[in-house]
Amino acid sequence: MSAYKNDQTNDASNRALSSLDRSNLDLKTPDKTYLDSNELIINMGPQHPATHGVLRVILKLDGEKVLGTECVIGYLHRGVEKIAENRTYTMFAPYVDRMDYCAAVSNGLGYCEAVEKLMNVEAPPRAQYIRVILTELQRIASHQLWLGTHALDIGAMTPLFYTFRDREEILKIFEKYCGARLTTHAFRIGGCQYETYAGFEKDVKNFLTFFAPKIDEYEALLTTNRIWLERTKNVGVISGADCIALGVTGPVLRASGVKWDLRKAQPYAAYSKFDFEIPTGENGDTYDRYLVRMQEMRQSMRIVEQAVDAIPEGPIMGKVPKVIKPPVGEIYHSIEAPKGELGYFIVSDGSTQPYRLRVRPPSFVNLQALDLMVRGLLVADVIAVIGTIDIVLGEVDR
Amino acid sequence: MPNFIMSYLDSKEALTPGSAGSQFWALIYVLIIFAGVSVAVIAMNWIERKLLAHFQVRLGPMRVGPHGLLQPIADAVKLMIKEDIIPAEADQLVFWFAPMIGLLAAFTVYTVIPFGPSQAVSDMNIGILFMLGVSSLGVLGIVVAGWASNSHYPLIGALRSSAQMVSYEVAMGLAVVSAILMTSLNASGTGTLSMIGIVQAQQQQGVWFIFKFFPLGLIAFAIFAIAMVAETNRAPFDLAEAESELTAGYHTEYSGLRWSLFMLAEYAAMIAVSSIAVTLWLGGWMRPFPNLLHAPAWDFIFSLFPGLTFLALAAIALIGVARMPAHSFFRIQRIGLAVFAALLGFVALLLLVIAVAGRSADMSVAGRFNDGIDHVYWFVLKVAVFMYLFIWYRATWPRYRFDQLMKIGWKVMLPISLGVLIVTAIVGVIFS
Repeated sequence: MSAYKNDQTNDASNRALSSLDRSNLDLKTPDKTYLDSNELIINMGPQHPATHGVLRVILKLDGEKVLGTECVIGYLHRGVEKIAENRTYTMFAPYVDRMDYCAAVSNGLGYCEAVEKLMNVEAPPRAQYIRVILTELQRIASHQLWLGTHALDIGAMTPLFYTFRDREEILKIFEKYCGARLTTHAFRIGGCQYETYAGFEKDVKNFLTFFAPKIDEYEALLTTNRIWLERTKNVGVISGADCIALGVTGPVLRASGVKWDLRKAQPYAAYSKFDFEIPTGENGDTYDRYLVRMQEMRQSMRIVEQAVDAIPEGPIMGKVPKVIKPPVGEIYHSIEAPKGELGYFIVSDGSTQPYRLRVRPPSFVNLQALDLMVRGLLVADVIAVIGTIDIVLGEVDR
Repeated sequence: MPNFIMSYLDSKEALTPGSAGSQFWALIYVLIIFAGVSVAVIAMNWIERKLLAHFQVRLGPMRVGPHGLLQPIADAVKLMIKEDIIPAEADQLVFWFAPMIGLLAAFTVYTVIPFGPSQAVSDMNIGILFMLGVSSLGVLGIVVAGWASNSHYPLIGALRSSAQMVSYEVAMGLAVVSAILMTSLNASGTGTLSMIGIVQAQQQQGVWFIFKFFPLGLIAFAIFAIAMVAETNRAPFDLAEAESELTAGYHTEYSGLRWSLFMLAEYAAMIAVSSIAVTLWLGGWMRPFPNLLHAPAWDFIFSLFPGLTFLALAAIALIGVARMPAHSFFRIQRIGLAVFAALLGFVALLLLVIAVAGRSADMSVAGRFNDGIDHVYWFVLKVAVFMYLFIWYRATWPRYRFDQLMKIGWKVMLPISLGVLIVTAIVGVIFS
């Protein structure tokens, strides 16, 4: 909260939501509207090309105008938190990769750091640098995926192929590092399992030089495109205060003008050693969120560049016992995942398995804002807003 | 030869079969045009997929035939043998009939499209009115399809497309009127609504209407070019079938052959509206600079173009053969592409022979044939440019939202087209 209070004068988190009023919304019965035509209640999803997986949104429409929405989730529920209670800490680590499968590395980092904090051990510096490099590459990959699908939702097909082409280079680095492309399980509790392969630094640097002009290419297609501007400006506006009241984090929060990034606010891993900026927006609309994410990709590149240049020598695994048995206690540790604050709350009863593990998934919390953002807009905007929140259903449902 | 066949060929004036009263040749023309448009649509399918793929750093169809050349045929066969589903809740009869309406409207338009001064089924004296009227019937098929599906997404898609097509028809019509006004700038002071007459007016005035009263013609053309994209429901105005919003819009519930009829109608309509644009503003069948470079030598040089184009296509195909991997796996593909190249080369040779044989511009059969090929060639080439633009738009732009689409139609395009019309009328009076 400290960084937030520096930027804002009044304590907005205690204020009532300015425009979220669900009292008069009844999704069961259509009312009579203009010219005695029925309101339309339609299902968007769970099988729909633009709901990014198996999200089901019940839309209440007056013609094309959205009167209200209700998200129905759980189609991809696998009970990850319950599974955690029956697995040892080590065994559970690969499961977190399956939550936000577009940013598996970030998930793994959050979990490993949470357990490390619980056990009061720290990963050695070299491991921390490797973690930062891979996590920031993953942030770029996640934002690329977001950009491609978001643009596709708004009707621009081509950026999707460009972003997937370029994301491939990041996935190649992951594959070379740990053998997996998507669900990487790159980190272990206490550090990293694998030393970097020969030529890792070169690959990463090659990627940076390769990718810098590619961002300009994406921006050339979209940033000043008239149709893109019309489709994204003043669409899905959400104020900073509403974001905080709903617990919305990540680029959505920053686009609403709140300078809150856990990498700066509560530095973890090696982030305190790097020089980077937190891009923020002003209007909290879809276009600002687009700009913020584009800037974040550039900032991530800056971090990776610094990390690769300064990567220290040394061990990659801290002093961790073979059998991980944290002391009795509880811990909440959160990191800045590509989509927002990813938190792990772990209760330990001193055994090899967590007594309770609760994940605070950014997608799930951010999705709450959908209804607030799309009321009064048109059907096409619902798609744009779902895309701009950047949800991954694996993480929403867990 | 029976008289009803020869009388048309022997006639000394270049008339369309409809105008000459030859029902036999009118029927032949109808069949040729129907087959030609169908083939063009199938070719467009392949070209669009290939071009889009290359815009998007991928290869597109590569498996069915060399470079996927047989893909459209495979698609057509697949669509024909697919199970034909009519939803239980749908209005059976209307559901069955809806795709036909769109297809009928799209194909009926071709009766008046002039591929040349005599290369049309009929020279109707209200050609352009007929064309606008019939082509706007196409929306009926879409509305009816959306309604008959008895499903929410198709209904919204149908409502969107009906609103969109009706709005853009207004701006489109006004732009067309300003072009028609220009046809009246002659000695007699009377204009024409005949499609052939419009091209001939451009020939007499010595200028394509896109350059007439610069920039008035250009603005009217631009309005039409935008409106025709909206009229055919293509990107960036493809809201009626926006797959990311309405799954597939009005044809969500359609499958198999019925669905392919919608696609056929859409592409046929695209070619039709492009033909209107070419006829009204780009000089129809005329080759570039017919008045400036009018010596017989120039005629001959330009008449070589069709043959040379096919020769170039054959060369591209041959390069494709040469670039194919030497592995025996590609043997059949290589042979197939070589045969295709040979076919293109044969057509090229044929066209060049005709161009040489018919180089004296007389009324001999070879001469008339040569002229006909020339006219069709230049017309098709101009239409092809529009087809390319359609694909380019689709690859580049995001989609407009419904209210923005309406705003552009009524608040931007309509005033501009109205203004252009008035200014064109005033300038026309001053200069005539």
